[in-house]
Amino acid sequence: MSAAGERGVEAAVGLGAPRAAPKLLAPSPHHALFWLGAVLLGAALVVGLRLIGNEYGYFAGYFILQYIVLSSAWNILGGYAGYVNFGAAGFMAAGAYTAIALRKAFGLDLLPGIVAAGFVTGLLGLGTGYLTLRLRGVFFSIATLCLAVVLQTLIVNWDYVGGSRGAYIVRPREVPPFVSYGEYMFVVMLMLAILAVGISRTVELSRLGRGLQAIRDNERAAEAVGVPTLRLKLIATTLCGVLMGVAGAPLPYYSGYLNPEAAFSLAYAVNAIAMPLIGGAGSWLGPVIGAVLLGGLQQAATVTISSALNLWIVGWMLVIFVALFPRGIIGWFRRRA
Amino acid sequence: MDPDLVLLLNGIVSGLLLGGLYAAAATGLAVSFGMLDIVNIAHPALMVMGAFSVVLIGTALGLDPLLVAVLQAPLFYLLGILIYGVYHHFFEKRGEEALQGLAFFFGVMFIIEVGLVMAFGPEQRFLDPPYAFITWRIGEIDLPLRMLAPALLALAALGALHLYLKRSFTGLAVAAVAQDAEALRLMAVNPVRIKRLAFGLSVALASIAGGALVVVQPVDPSSGQIFIGRVFAICIMGGMASLPGCLTAALLFGVVENVTATFYGPSWSPAVAFGWLLLVLAFRPQGLFGRMA
Repeated sequence: MSAAGERGVEAAVGLGAPRAAPKLLAPSPHHALFWLGAVLLGAALVVGLRLIGNEYGYFAGYFILQYIVLSSAWNILGGYAGYVNFGAAGFMAAGAYTAIALRKAFGLDLLPGIVAAGFVTGLLGLGTGYLTLRLRGVFFSIATLCLAVVLQTLIVNWDYVGGSRGAYIVRPREVPPFVSYGEYMFVVMLMLAILAVGISRTVELSRLGRGLQAIRDNERAAEAVGVPTLRLKLIATTLCGVLMGVAGAPLPYYSGYLNPEAAFSLAYAVNAIAMPLIGGAGSWLGPVIGAVLLGGLQQAATVTISSALNLWIVGWMLVIFVALFPRGIIGWFRRRA
Repeated sequence: MDPDLVLLLNGIVSGLLLGGLYAAAATGLAVSFGMLDIVNIAHPALMVMGAFSVVLIGTALGLDPLLVAVLQAPLFYLLGILIYGVYHHFFEKRGEEALQGLAFFFGVMFIIEVGLVMAFGPEQRFLDPPYAFITWRIGEIDLPLRMLAPALLALAALGALHLYLKRSFTGLAVAAVAQDAEALRLMAVNPVRIKRLAFGLSVALASIAGGALVVVQPVDPSSGQIFIGRVFAICIMGGMASLPGCLTAALLFGVVENVTATFYGPSWSPAVAFGWLLLVLAFRPQGLFGRMA
């Protein structure tokens, strides 16, 4: 167990007995500063893209931001607690299809669709976690791996949302305050990304995050000193599910057409794991770095090489990085410093 | 006889045959996951890779797919040794199996699947031996050779493995490594060498299962995905490290899945696998026949 881990265990002891919690030792988290910075950066991105005035900019931006949400979500459970969720594509598709189903049934628009999708996938995460998290972590991972396959079966067999033929969503030409539909989708995803990174950062710096880190470093020791491990793991699984579903809900609105094959694409499953691990799992900044780097590379590469080769390279990068740089890019910098 | 009853009986019999195939697929995992504690989620992908190489070699040389499956097993044994070497060097030795090791096997699975798509395209591949179209009939019950031959091969492989583990010195060492690797070291047996050998065997079994799979159904690069749920559910139900348990669980599973498919349609069979997995994990994680450790 690392020194940081021991600190994590000590810091998390207070979780079981709320009254005994002393003021913790972490540096002041500067929450206000972070949110201000994130919003300013977001605004700068919107202004910058509008000045460039190219629709492709919004497309590429949406692509990368969606992965920032997805990998930040993965990191809350995988990076902080060390529990691997292989079902990113399943959660994402569940969010997307919730949005489609609610639009068909009640004519719900994008924003309420996002909220509903987060609710549904949060429950999905909670349920899977509740059934499997009392066992060793690998069982949870195996269950999430199968979850995606089963959800795909359900969707393919569910004619109401189009079955294997897919579903269409008619996109409006313009949404008033925005110059184009592409910009509208970009801004929606930008806000989701800021929210996701903010939540992931808040979790990391809060006592919840310290409890999760204690679980990752030594679950038995954490349990023994009074960290309510199951409850913390369930909270993390639910949060992870919510954010993954939220990342998927705008997908049908973005592409105008969605079929199960695209929604359950292998690309989501592998990127959601590769990005945080390559960027540096366990820190809120790692997934952001990974998503910008890998997402940007893939966006640039799809123009020149086939998408299968593209994914193949991501797979190799994942294997090479976890073998040679287990702390990711962030760990590389920290060791130097 | 009552047609529903005939349907049910046929469902059970072909379920047992299907269970033979599942046993072949899950045995390798019982060795790697059950005995060695290596969570090889790439096992079904390796099986599909074996299936593709059977199609390739069998078509080129005009050989029987089951024969090719046995002949190619040594190559996959070497591949398994290579994979274990990488896994041991970078993850097991450092004590980073949980997160990084799992991600490694996920990466391997992904590389195999996408690699197959790139090399062969996403279409289904098949290689039908001549006996695939023959069906024996015993009374009202059909025994298609397409299912029977792979099931027999699977049983033979399982029996050979069982004898090996129970009778030979290295086989016993594999069982010992599963119980206490440190104790083995004290008896001057290198546990890493034993694990490498056993992992190689498990991958060789995956390729044999791949050959059996080709005879039963056409394969495509993503065929392995459905098998993840099946083989892990079977392996856990069978009590992880027990071969007889694994066989029993596989036969039971084949029957349940096949009867479901007979009465409700085959598109639901992945859901059966997952439902079983969840139920087993929630209520009997120690396996159907095991006691709580």
